[in-house]
Amino acid sequence: MSSGERCAVVGIGQTHHRKRRDDVSIPGLVREAALRALDDAEMTFADVDALVIGKAPDAFEGIIQPELFLADALGAAGKPMLRVHTAGSVGGSTFIVGAHLVQSRIHQRVLAISWEKQSEGNAQWGLAGGRSRGIGAGGAFAPWIRAYIERSGAPEYIGWQVAVKDRLNALRNPYAHLQLADISIDRVRESPMLWDPLRFLESCPSSDGACAVVLTDEAGGRRAARPPAWVEATSVRSELGMFPGRDPVRPQAGVECAHDVYRQAGIGDPRREIDVAEIYVPFSWYEPMWLEGHDIAGPGEGWRMVDDGITEMGGAFPVNPSGGVLSSNPIGASGMLRFAEAALQVRGLAGEHQIDGARTALAQAYGGAAQYFAMGVLRSEPR
Amino acid sequence: MAATDIAVIGFAQTPAERRAEGNEVQLLVPTVSAALAMAGLDRREVGFTCAGSCDYLTGGPFAFVQNLEAAGAWPPIEESHVEMDGAWALYEAWVRLQHGDIDTALVFGSGKSSPADPAALWPQQLDPYTLAPLGVDPVSLAALQARSLIHRGLATERDFAEVAVRSRRAALANPHAQVRGEADVEALLAEPYVRDPLRRHDLPPISDGAVAVVLARGDRAQALCARPAWIRGIDHRIEVHQPGMRDLTESPSTTLAAERAGYDGGPLDVAELSAVFSPQEGILRRALALPEGTDANPSGGPLAANPVMATGLVRIAEVAARIIDGRADRGLAHATGGQLLQHNLVCLMEGR
Repeated sequence: MSSGERCAVVGIGQTHHRKRRDDVSIPGLVREAALRALDDAEMTFADVDALVIGKAPDAFEGIIQPELFLADALGAAGKPMLRVHTAGSVGGSTFIVGAHLVQSRIHQRVLAISWEKQSEGNAQWGLAGGRSRGIGAGGAFAPWIRAYIERSGAPEYIGWQVAVKDRLNALRNPYAHLQLADISIDRVRESPMLWDPLRFLESCPSSDGACAVVLTDEAGGRRAARPPAWVEATSVRSELGMFPGRDPVRPQAGVECAHDVYRQAGIGDPRREIDVAEIYVPFSWYEPMWLEGHDIAGPGEGWRMVDDGITEMGGAFPVNPSGGVLSSNPIGASGMLRFAEAALQVRGLAGEHQIDGARTALAQAYGGAAQYFAMGVLRSEPR
Repeated sequence: MAATDIAVIGFAQTPAERRAEGNEVQLLVPTVSAALAMAGLDRREVGFTCAGSCDYLTGGPFAFVQNLEAAGAWPPIEESHVEMDGAWALYEAWVRLQHGDIDTALVFGSGKSSPADPAALWPQQLDPYTLAPLGVDPVSLAALQARSLIHRGLATERDFAEVAVRSRRAALANPHAQVRGEADVEALLAEPYVRDPLRRHDLPPISDGAVAVVLARGDRAQALCARPAWIRGIDHRIEVHQPGMRDLTESPSTTLAAERAGYDGGPLDVAELSAVFSPQEGILRRALALPEGTDANPSGGPLAANPVMATGLVRIAEVAARIIDGRADRGLAHATGGQLLQHNLVCLMEGR
């Protein structure tokens, strides 16, 4: 979707994600991210033309359409405000809806915010659809992870390696929720089995947190105070979650979404042409699964990239230098964090977890029964 | 400038019912099919799909995921969802169509209010720290708004009843309406209050229902529809949430949205307004400065049928219907979100 106005990310903000942010209210949490993004862009709420808010189910906090009351804290009065909800991919979708408002030339400065304050409720209950017999997200994904292992012949320790790598990366990210300095393969292997083959330390935490981005047009990007990230490609795809013949290990929606962003960004060989990727990996095995599911690696090659250290910070295809969803998971914000972290990388502003020379970054979020996909490509220079 | 060659070319809605037999997906499947059939499109030709619904109405997180069935999401589709009335799903689709790389979109909105008690449900939509604990339901809030209008001398209880009488009479011609018939103002005013100064006729019915709309752009719209309902402008604006911070007798966000949608105050053949409670019709008429002679809520409006999360998109479908069949040349549709007209959308449509 590169036919319209160019879109630039000129402001990025996120909260310090924690298990419980009881030092702030919900408006306080959301404002923390929003004000950091506006500060980064050297703007105030008064400069914002429109807002897009994303979060996962309202039942997580027990408030129907909470953006209605957040309008007061976000200076939204007199402005358009949209509320997006596309399951786990929502943070990515929210970023993309915001980018569309700029690319269509309807607005020049859009503030997109996504958040979740999971400590206000019970996410496991929420993920179970508010019904009993909930198996949790891990329970839903575990059979497909097992199928991937069977199909690819991957050794069991691959999941442990991803779990360690992302937690080591998180030690370089001051915003990350989990700061596990003593993480090791042994510790992951010895952690309790939650949903075979997923162990406790191979699973994401439940976090309070928010993420915000300021999106502007080309002129806004050119005159930004700090280097912008250019939105070179965005795409969403959805498919039904359950029907005979569906491949939930490599969902077709994920394949098509990836190919759409590669085409828009002119990427022929994603593994070579992408410098860094922020991918939604809530359970360790999803790193190799998405490397294959988005045709970055060939069939059975995703786990070998992990095993060879290629996805580590110093590797040829670093994945989730921020620590990823495995280190911070405010669900509604987790997808936007992927886009924000990808943008930070190409802006050269990722601090301790910066990948040197990152010019092209891939962002991905997924949701539901691995059936909703939101992807983007961010670049340091527009094509 | 936003493109002005995007049009409504198909629509369908369920009858609004107090308690529909089917679930939300079952309401949506035939509705989506009928809208696509009217547009002459196969679902596989749709460029973008967007839905509007509310998890809390269905009573389960991720309720909208099931509604994907109605879009027939296989092979995979380009799709999004707003936790808002379907009118905002149409807005997102309209934005997406601006890019020019696709030329059709499917939009739907759906909601079943029957499974829950609205008076218990909707207080949870209010500020959780200061308002939700009070347990104020939508009818009580609307009564505060009505009382403000009366105190200001802007309306009387008789005015409210007259809105209800007109709505029910108009709904006689609407096969989808839930409340219709001839009513007498004096008889209505003799009824007891539900919440002083509101009586039962001032309240919307509790409805289940769904609506689907098909959009197309430029030549494709011309090719698929003899007389498309062109969207000349669409905009939406929100206000602060705290009722105490607002003048409840006005709707400045509606005025602003109409202005940004390009409504110039000129003549309108038809206006469909999301006046969910009868006193809100007068507020919206003033906010929009509706010209004399405008046929307001010829469908009967939300007082005749209020399938929450579809109500606003139904307004757009009702105006489009009158343009497509030639009864109207120019019309305005209004949708609202939140309580007390907090968030308002205006869509201006023309036949040429």
